[in-house]
Amino acid sequence: MTTTMSTAGIAARGLEKTFTTPRGEVRAVQHVDLAIVPGEIVALLGPNGAGKSTTIDLLLGLTAPDRGTVTLFGRTPAEAVAAGEVAAMLQTGGLVRDLTVRELVGLLASLYPAPRPVEEVLAVTGLDELADRRTQRLSGGQVQRVRFALALVAGARLIVLDEPTVAMDVDARRALWATVRTVAARGTTVLFATHYLEEADAHADRIVLIAHGRVVADGPATEIKARVGQRTIKATLPGAELAALRQLPGVTGAERRGDAVVLTCSDSDRAVRALLGAFDPRDLEIAGADLERAFVALTAEPPARRAA
Amino acid sequence: MTAIAYTGLELVRNLRNRQYFVLSLGLPVCLYLLMAGPRRDVTSLAGSGIPAPLYYLTGMIAFATIAAMLAGGGRIAGDRIAGWTRQLRLTPLPARAYLRGKLTAAYMMALLAIALLDVAGVALGVRLPAGAWLHMTGLVLIGLVPFAALGVALGHALGVEAIGPAIGGVTSLLAFVSGTWFPLQGVLADIAPYLPSYWLVQASRVALGGGWPAQGWLVVGGWSVALIAVAVRAYRRDTQRG
Repeated sequence: MTTTMSTAGIAARGLEKTFTTPRGEVRAVQHVDLAIVPGEIVALLGPNGAGKSTTIDLLLGLTAPDRGTVTLFGRTPAEAVAAGEVAAMLQTGGLVRDLTVRELVGLLASLYPAPRPVEEVLAVTGLDELADRRTQRLSGGQVQRVRFALALVAGARLIVLDEPTVAMDVDARRALWATVRTVAARGTTVLFATHYLEEADAHADRIVLIAHGRVVADGPATEIKARVGQRTIKATLPGAELAALRQLPGVTGAERRGDAVVLTCSDSDRAVRALLGAFDPRDLEIAGADLERAFVALTAEPPARRAA
Repeated sequence: MTAIAYTGLELVRNLRNRQYFVLSLGLPVCLYLLMAGPRRDVTSLAGSGIPAPLYYLTGMIAFATIAAMLAGGGRIAGDRIAGWTRQLRLTPLPARAYLRGKLTAAYMMALLAIALLDVAGVALGVRLPAGAWLHMTGLVLIGLVPFAALGVALGHALGVEAIGPAIGGVTSLLAFVSGTWFPLQGVLADIAPYLPSYWLVQASRVALGGGWPAQGWLVVGGWSVALIAVAVRAYRRDTQRG
């Protein structure tokens, strides 16, 4: 029992949450299962209104689920928060005014049982030169860096970052992700929500794709791309029957572009072999689809579901 | 330790907000000098048996401290809108420690206002035995409990834009019907004793050798219980909205 508790990171099972709005009930989270092991960097990816922020609120215990359970390191979210195991940079989180950056970061550090050194955190977030500035005199990007520092200084076992790089410049983003990797290497679990596909692809060990309140894909970025068969083969092949091309093993779609054809593949290896065996293609190109395409394919589910 | 550090920073925030600090402390002192100054030789204001400088002193203390308590709780609204309370809910800081910080800071502002007004009162000739000063201050601090609760309730129920007018309106209205500006007569004199703010003004009765009668304690106690219940409800609704 104790061993499972100490090795478990985040475990969510059957989460459901429905909000009542003036326009009826909105099932923000319909069914979410999630398991994250310590030290993992996981991206929560999804379009706006997919249920990312609600899922985060449920995981952190800010909102109670209608159904389902969450455990953080074997405890309830409230217990984990009280024990100082959780730190978060929420999307709506702001800063209080009339305190300096150093005072604010120091204050957060003082609330946690095992904080990181304040000066170290100010240094890695590039805030050392702004440390004595009052929080109301910071730019948007600087505020984001302070909020990241507040999440870092906690020294928590789980760091949750909701759209962390919004309003940050390129250097600040690069620094943030480098820091996230360092922190994860120490065994800290990192969960971040983003709609920057490149960010999820580049910085997460694993991507959890959420759409319409459900987990529609969960795995390494490469696996997610494979799941939707979004590898394409392009070849010059005049006069070939599209219907015949679509019959080839591993091919899910075919379209013509002038003399060329573009085949969408679920298994490009088999498709290439079959294509070379049956036709005489020239100028063969195989491209791994980007996450953008995978994203569109997996989340395009037209009917917005509402409870009656 | 943590909770003390948090309270300390709440105080620092109050002191650093110079506009708020100067206005909430300076204004009541000016008003007091303007009202009580010309009547400094009146030994029994409107037949109350209380000298004008003392009557206006507790009147203005009531006005300034009610505003301080409501503003103290009202700052919760600012923290809420900034998303700061949400951030704090994800830290080990217990909700009660956050509230304690807010209330301590509010009481500190109230005590500062009392001290400044007391000095102004002495300047206008108010003389009381040391025990009476303490008695009077004690009654004011107890009489502020319902307003501390009301401030917390407003802070959780209202948006930042509404907080200012709410505090100004409530304070002015209560000051008017509770005899802050003049001893009450007629209908107001019949209604006022049911308000906690009236008993703040009546803390000046220590000069007559007494404090509050039983009715004063009952009214202040009753409003305290009622408004604490309202504040708890406002807190729950606010934090469970998700």
